[in-house]
Amino acid sequence: MSSPEFSAGPDLVNRKLPPVAEIAVLSMALVIAGGIFMAAHLPAHPPLGLAEVLLVLAVVVVVTNVVLLARLRDFAWGSFFLVAKWSLLAYLVIAGMLEFIFVFDGTRGQILFVMSCMLAVFAVNVPMLLAFSVARYQPVP
Amino acid sequence: MTDVVATPVPAGAAVPLTHGGPPGAAGPAQPFQIVPLAGLPIVAVALAGVVVAIAFNKLWGIDFFHVVAGALWTGIDLFLGFIIGPIMGRMSIPARVEFSKRLMPKMLLLMPTLVICTLAAGWQLARHEGNLLASSPNHGWVVASMVVVGVMAIVAIGLLEPANLAVLFELKKPVPNGHLIGKLMRRFIYTAGVTGAMQVATLVIMTRLASS
Repeated sequence: MSSPEFSAGPDLVNRKLPPVAEIAVLSMALVIAGGIFMAAHLPAHPPLGLAEVLLVLAVVVVVTNVVLLARLRDFAWGSFFLVAKWSLLAYLVIAGMLEFIFVFDGTRGQILFVMSCMLAVFAVNVPMLLAFSVARYQPVP
Repeated sequence: MTDVVATPVPAGAAVPLTHGGPPGAAGPAQPFQIVPLAGLPIVAVALAGVVVAIAFNKLWGIDFFHVVAGALWTGIDLFLGFIIGPIMGRMSIPARVEFSKRLMPKMLLLMPTLVICTLAAGWQLARHEGNLLASSPNHGWVVASMVVVGVMAIVAIGLLEPANLAVLFELKKPVPNGHLIGKLMRRFIYTAGVTGAMQVATLVIMTRLASS
């Protein structure tokens, strides 16, 4: 009885790609750790040193990821950008809501700047992760 | 956020997508929406409701969104992880695929909405009740809840959601790759224990906070 409606072709599954997803998770962990550290101190003034270090590391990791992505040649960029644009919209809404709460609660100045940068990294990083995770398994046109 | 737990499709297996027809008769895969557009207005209303509740800063509205969304988030997570997941694991592969095609798109909208409603309203509730202040006896519990949510966010957004999306895109193909779907679905099993433990921790923390 053969009804091979699922293919078993391993080509797209086993091809070698840079560790974009793993790096994106690392970046996400860095901003989440920084966010928790700052949120644990609010509404008082949190010490910004550790948060800024985590933020800079997260930005470096994201930039590294973008470079690794940009160097890909045989890749389903159509699928990547399809997922990236809609998930970016979704995560901008989520980040925007969190930003609204911090502003509403009176967070200002350097603290708000660091928080906003962390949210921005988060809002860029997650769509990149989702888009890569889908596009890596799509056939290259 | 344990979206779906299922046992993997055997690696490399040629698995029938449809069932009920004669053997070997390949019927076309039924079309489905990866993001159910009909659900977007409901999501918009829920998010707008949270923003309004926070803007008015009334305890009842904030409490409502935090308790309702949080209870649904935790309940659905545990129900999917420990009830639906094992049931799906014992279903035939075509039935599991059909179920996933109907369940996963809804989860793609539902879970992030519940999470953001819970977190946004929860933050404001903690502030309203003074639990964010370092001098509050509940401060440690609030920070613990942040750590728990942080771990769940990394697992859900970093591991589960990408796998969820990739499976849905794979199921959209005329000839889905059974090996790939099996590989991606294994993530649900590996992470179910982590998210389940985190949700139990959430229940402990939240009931402790509510009763102090």
